[in-house]
Amino acid sequence: MSEMNFDQVLDCKGMNCPLPVIKTKKAIDTMDSGQVLKMIATDPGSKNDISAWASRTGHELLTSEQTDEGYVFFIRKK
Amino acid sequence: MSDSKPKRLALIASQGTLDWAYPPFILASTAAAMDMEVGIFFTFYGLTLLNKKIEANVAPQTNPAMPMKMPFGPEGFQNIQWPIPNILANNIPGYESMATSFMKKTFANKGVASIEELREMCIEMGVRMIGCQMTMDVFGFNTDDFIDGIELGGAASFLEFAADSDISLFV
Repeated sequence: MSEMNFDQVLDCKGMNCPLPVIKTKKAIDTMDSGQVLKMIATDPGSKNDISAWASRTGHELLTSEQTDEGYVFFIRKK
Repeated sequence: MSDSKPKRLALIASQGTLDWAYPPFILASTAAAMDMEVGIFFTFYGLTLLNKKIEANVAPQTNPAMPMKMPFGPEGFQNIQWPIPNILANNIPGYESMATSFMKKTFANKGVASIEELREMCIEMGVRMIGCQMTMDVFGFNTDDFIDGIELGGAASFLEFAADSDISLFV
């Protein structure tokens, strides 16, 4: 499942609201359209927040899973 | 979604205590990260949040529902809610600065950014910050006390921005 190709990794483990969203936005800004960001967070709120952020900004949330290392998101830049 | 015209958030920050400093900066930085246009009007005690050094404290006496918890020790200990009656809190010298340092420590432990960090992110992401000129005059603040890059104005400056907003909140 989580064997997905990605271009950049962002570690937001230990961070709380609103940092995972803001760090994700900043990481996406440095990437090219179509590239995929893997983001890992431990904040349970990030599950809903990243999804809300993606739907508002138009970047595509490919997958959102809870794994042993935390909540893992794959986001494709629009 | 991504219309041509971005959504706009207009905030009024009217409080200068540590607990009330969080909501405007959290909302503003998040909205900016969601590609919204954001402006904050800092007025009355909220104007102190534009000071170069934010010296916001929390006053537990005015927040009877505020949980009082210890920022150190094992998790079970940290989760204990200490009932400190106001009659005591009001009379213990240094209680306010203790509560302030506990709150800062607890927030840092939980991975929440500091007010200064959140404000810095807001500035980086282009959040407009308008300081209330009238409050400056009344309380005797000086432009030199404030961080760079802010604007000064009054109610009309804020309302002109807020008139085209999609979300407007008074904090």
